[in-house]
Amino acid sequence: MFSKPNDPPMLTAFKDSSLVGMIALLIFSPISGIILNGYGFNTHPQTPIMLAFIVFIGRFAYQLAALTPWGQRLIQKFMLSKGKRGVYVASPGDQRYLWIILAILFIAGLVLPFYLSKYYLTVAILALIYVLLGLGLNIVVGLAGLLDLGFVAFYAVGAYTFALGSQYWGLGFWSAIPLAAAFAALLGGILGFPVLRMHGDYLAIVTLGFGEIIRLVLNNWMSFTGGPNGAKAAEPSLFGLEFTRTAKTDGHIPFHEFFGTTYSPNTKFIFIYLVVFLVACLMIFFFSRLRTMPMGRAWEALREDEIACRSLGMNHVTIKLSAFMMGAMTGGIGGVFFAAQQGGFVNPTSFTFFESALILAIVVLGGMGSVVGVVVAALVLTILPEMLRDFADYRVLIFGILMVFMMLWKPRGFLPIRRPYFTKEGQA
Amino acid sequence: MEFHILGQQLVNGLALGSIYGLIAVGYTMVYGIIGMINFAHGDVYMISAYITAICIAILSFFGISSAAFLIIITLIVTIVIVSLYGWSIERIAYKPLRNSPRLAPLISAIGVSLVLQNYVQVSQGAKTQAVPTILPGVFRFGTETDFFQITYIQVLLVVVSFASMALLTYIIQKTSLGRQCRAVQQDPKMAAILGINTDRIISTVFILGAAMAAIAGVLVTLNYGSFDFSVGFITGVKAFTAAVLGGIGSLPGAMLGGIILGMSESLFSGFVNTDYKDVFAFSLLVLVLIFRPSGLLGKPLVEKV
Repeated sequence: MFSKPNDPPMLTAFKDSSLVGMIALLIFSPISGIILNGYGFNTHPQTPIMLAFIVFIGRFAYQLAALTPWGQRLIQKFMLSKGKRGVYVASPGDQRYLWIILAILFIAGLVLPFYLSKYYLTVAILALIYVLLGLGLNIVVGLAGLLDLGFVAFYAVGAYTFALGSQYWGLGFWSAIPLAAAFAALLGGILGFPVLRMHGDYLAIVTLGFGEIIRLVLNNWMSFTGGPNGAKAAEPSLFGLEFTRTAKTDGHIPFHEFFGTTYSPNTKFIFIYLVVFLVACLMIFFFSRLRTMPMGRAWEALREDEIACRSLGMNHVTIKLSAFMMGAMTGGIGGVFFAAQQGGFVNPTSFTFFESALILAIVVLGGMGSVVGVVVAALVLTILPEMLRDFADYRVLIFGILMVFMMLWKPRGFLPIRRPYFTKEGQA
Repeated sequence: MEFHILGQQLVNGLALGSIYGLIAVGYTMVYGIIGMINFAHGDVYMISAYITAICIAILSFFGISSAAFLIIITLIVTIVIVSLYGWSIERIAYKPLRNSPRLAPLISAIGVSLVLQNYVQVSQGAKTQAVPTILPGVFRFGTETDFFQITYIQVLLVVVSFASMALLTYIIQKTSLGRQCRAVQQDPKMAAILGINTDRIISTVFILGAAMAAIAGVLVTLNYGSFDFSVGFITGVKAFTAAVLGGIGSLPGAMLGGIILGMSESLFSGFVNTDYKDVFAFSLLVLVLIFRPSGLLGKPLVEKV
């Protein structure tokens, strides 16, 4: 704005950075510099000045880097990922060592819980739950291309099916899993059927509204759901063996007494971990197979070109509905594990829009439609906030900043989708 | 039915609806022009509530007590700073993603929303903030016992929001800037070929949307008096609902959708139940979309190959 065309480049960079710094100062001043205190205020001028200075230095460094050849290369390298577009086809021989790697990962995953402390066990379980949720939403958003902003509703339905089911009808952990899955899928079907006829973007707001409706009903229906106080689910058990110190139900024997070992509070979490781990592995297998089946291909085809698919006689509503219900089902299963991981206690504050956004972030950051990407992103996004716990107050702030920068850096996600390849029989 | 309650709820609904309409404009314009849901817009509104309170606190500190002066200065300062917020958000988080997959800017917007909320929470604290009543006084209608009232602030709120909507409609319909905006909305590539600086138009749209959210923030803060760092989300979602209800991409639709949503929400909480008013608002949205998929005033979408 203030620079003339024949200024030396250094001066232009300096002027530009100063302008950016001034804007930053204006933006940061009111909120972080003037703190409201009742009807009055306190001033903290050092905070906005420091923030604006950081912005100025950052901008100036960037501008100077853009003037040197190696800096230009560095910037080019970062920007390059934006140029790559479209879907890759995996090269033949790509999966040669895949089974060995998968087997090692599987065994490592099975052995892992026995070496973790209770805190890390709960984190690991949560990470696996998010893997499940990510896989479910991946079908809806990644494969079928339906933007669902209220995925947390199905998660909540799963958790509450288990909690309320055990409260009112004595439902156990094992029977809750298929029941919650069926119930969530049913609800997904009821919601999806009218909504999926609409144009794609309206689906986003309707699902968002649905997510909020479920949370508000859970929060306000005091007499049935317990409102903000939450609901208590049954303790998980294995063939009637409970993981508590003494049996809660008559006639049941605690796990450690049956096997004659000493009681450890970790046993329950190791058990939950193993079940979630196996279910997640099963889902990963199931979904990667599904992608190459007619159903999965119909989802992707519909995502790419709806009109072409409908002209070819595909029923877009049932295809979308199958994806939507499949996703809802996975969300419901995730909910049951969440209720179990929480020590059987769930309340509506766990099912806010933030959760939906987090799950969506997992899918998009992982590279939409890519199963490996979703697994990696789910692990990173659940373990990262735990590692940021030292920063306490700034945790979500840093998380948000990282989210924006990840998108700017890799808009297609960590591991963009790759189309599976096919060879004729007998060829490599 | 008790008429004074009905009257009171209609007045409250009109006030609430104008606010939804003002915020919905930001959603509808951004959606119309680049096809993205600007999730951070609700938090831009929240920022404007804080700036209003800060502005009033500073002005009162210097001993200014004239209501008109206070309100005008607060409006101007808030609009300027919040527009700057809108512009910088677009510049940092959305512009580099112009040619990315459709969901990338959405995730980026959710990130911005988290950043804004937590930035405010970290610097201002999580407690509920309040502003003093600046313009006391009410109009009363009805008998001594059964009456309903319209506060001066509510009158101001409705007048200012309708005036700013009229101004915006004028800008979009009559001025050269507005014609450029509409051209970019219809066909960005063609508009660029014809010499319109599309990047600048998109920035302008973000600034206009943020300015409308700023006006809404000032008016709401003056009217209700209290707010915290999380007000942006639910108000933002409702405003977006209003935009969809009226037909996304349509300016009068946003205002109409806002008023319908505000009125029905207010009537529902007055006569049925306050706890479920949000449930009602969303159910209304689902019903409207099932029977009129492109909203009340939206043009039916014709899909072409």
